[in-house]
Amino acid sequence: MFSFGTLLSGLSIGSILLLVALGLAIIYGTMGVINLAHGDFLMIGAYATWYLQKYWHMGLIATLPVVFIVGCIVGLVVEKTVVRYLYRRPLDTILATWGISILLEEAVNLGAGSNLKYVQLPGMLSGDWVLFGAHVGVYRILIIGIALALLIATSVLFFRTDFGLKVRAVVSNPETAEGHGVNSGLIYAATFAYGSGLAAFAGALVAPIKSVSPTMGIHYIVDAFLVVVVGGVGSLLGLFVSAGIIGEMESIIGFAIDDTTAKVIIFLAVIAIIRFRPQGLFVSKVRQPS
Amino acid sequence: MKRRTVLKGIAGGTVSLAAAPTLLASTYGTAYAAEDEIKVGVLFPLSGTIAVIGRSLHNATMLAIDEINANGGISGKKIKPIVRDSQSSPAVYADKIKELILQQKVLTTFGGYTSASRKAVLPVVEKYNSLYWYPTLYEGDECSKNIMYTGAVPNQQQEQFVPWLIKNFGKRFYLLGSNYIYPKDENRICKALLKKYGGEVVAEEYVPLGHSEFSSNINKMRSLRPDVIFCTVVGDSVIALHRQYKTAGLDPSKMPFASLTTSEEEVSAMGGEYAAGHFTSAPYFMSADTPTNHKFVAAYQKKYGADKVTNFVSSASYFQVFLFQKGVEKLLSQGHGVGDLTPINIRNACLGEQVHAPQGVVKLDPKNQHTYLWPKIGQWQKDGQAKVIHESKKWVEPKPYWMYPGNRVCTPSGVKTEKS
Repeated sequence: MFSFGTLLSGLSIGSILLLVALGLAIIYGTMGVINLAHGDFLMIGAYATWYLQKYWHMGLIATLPVVFIVGCIVGLVVEKTVVRYLYRRPLDTILATWGISILLEEAVNLGAGSNLKYVQLPGMLSGDWVLFGAHVGVYRILIIGIALALLIATSVLFFRTDFGLKVRAVVSNPETAEGHGVNSGLIYAATFAYGSGLAAFAGALVAPIKSVSPTMGIHYIVDAFLVVVVGGVGSLLGLFVSAGIIGEMESIIGFAIDDTTAKVIIFLAVIAIIRFRPQGLFVSKVRQPS
Repeated sequence: MKRRTVLKGIAGGTVSLAAAPTLLASTYGTAYAAEDEIKVGVLFPLSGTIAVIGRSLHNATMLAIDEINANGGISGKKIKPIVRDSQSSPAVYADKIKELILQQKVLTTFGGYTSASRKAVLPVVEKYNSLYWYPTLYEGDECSKNIMYTGAVPNQQQEQFVPWLIKNFGKRFYLLGSNYIYPKDENRICKALLKKYGGEVVAEEYVPLGHSEFSSNINKMRSLRPDVIFCTVVGDSVIALHRQYKTAGLDPSKMPFASLTTSEEEVSAMGGEYAAGHFTSAPYFMSADTPTNHKFVAAYQKKYGADKVTNFVSSASYFQVFLFQKGVEKLLSQGHGVGDLTPINIRNACLGEQVHAPQGVVKLDPKNQHTYLWPKIGQWQKDGQAKVIHESKKWVEPKPYWMYPGNRVCTPSGVKTEKS
């Protein structure tokens, strides 16, 4: 039951969770915006990949940076037109971003059609390797690597750069930060765009091994919120640990019993965690906007 | 003066109230069809979670209506489709079917995809004695006098499939389905067949609808090494399942998916190379070599795009309109007037009728309003088409209560329990 193969699968599931949750953690975790359109930014990323492959004949890897930029632009537009008016009204952001989610979904439905789309995986990434007697897909390993790399890059961005310092300053106290010459509007917009870009990037990466449809976002957003809530709002380390725990739980329980039971147990565990540790497993060092 | 006006008003009101029922009664008979047009409802999910497949059923229905109208309509009467979007929600189905029957006064309605949607429509069409055409394969266990079922029931998909799988691949089955009623009923029947033919179930498992992470199932396939993965995973999930199966390096020639639900639609979305080598049992594949199918596929792609595919549910959505046409023509040719075109007269006229469907000649069974179909086993190829490996030598009678407890059978007067 606890074979190396099962653990490896858990790691692989966890890496996808991490990838999907990272953008949400940035937006929800650091800005306090509950972005229900996150799953749809991911969907836009998957569709952008499909479009670039089909009409521009680009390979999967080549599409990744383009898709990231597309995600940033979509996020920026959403932030500039809607979200920036709602920073002090967190409950309203739920409704507004939910509306945006429906809008994006139906726009893609009308523009690209409702049928499922096909995103190709490069031949060299579609094989599998045997590690210590356990099989694992090459592409799965690539996703694990990219997820970790993005996590590290994001940590560096937020904790080791001037931009990150400004973000944390604005989040802690926007008035004081502005008093020191930080343009809080710009910082918010850039952070939101970055989180959206990450969502789209995740969409591009999962597209070849999952399915691409206008409604795909809903399945990811639930998972992403679970990871963020368990890990602790605003904590990137917590994000990493909670994605790992949930991934391993899904793999082990799924193997021992079945996936439906695994989902039920995970939801129960998350409810218990929220009940007894509402701040999540890891407490963030960043103060939340009140 | 004032009083008189009031009295007059009341009197006038009474008159018009009294006149209302007579007016209704006199128009009742002709309400369904005019001299030059026949109104039908078209009620598929065009938005929401099932819009993906719903759109293909809608398109096939509209194509059939267009073709009939382009040929002059039914005995000179054009079909006028009243399109409604069921939004993938059973509650919306119930509302819209009511509107179609009571306000639009449609003669019949084509629609539905999931069993849940059919169960929502059923009480309404029974209450108003309307007629509903349902094109999807489903689990059986139902027999309404107001529904025409043109998709396959379990005996038409499994009776030949399961023994064929045992003979060609082996007796150890892993049953994997989405977590809802259809896979559970089909698996129950599969287990009964396995028992009968000496097969065995190594695992039975259900994943949530919309599930897209199959790592643990794939680990299980590796460790249990089943001969066949009997698959009733539906929708987006099945695409993720096939992709992850292949990227995990598993081999369809040793451990194929044997599906009741995977169609050209899903295969084109996952990519032919991911489906290649796996099997589906269905009465229709896009590759079917019949004149009607060549015509259907060509017309469908001309109207909706050369990259579009047809599937076993959209082909049923298509041919059931022609069955309806037959029924109306038969009534009119027997000397009935437009006033006799009622849902129930049409139903009675359609029963026993045959039509050249894309899969071959099909017939509506007068006993149970289901359809005689041509079961086939298709093996998916890299180009996204199925190669038919096995085909039933004759059409197969629909048995909606086959393998269900209680010895029930459909009869023209309702469901009866037979003494065993």
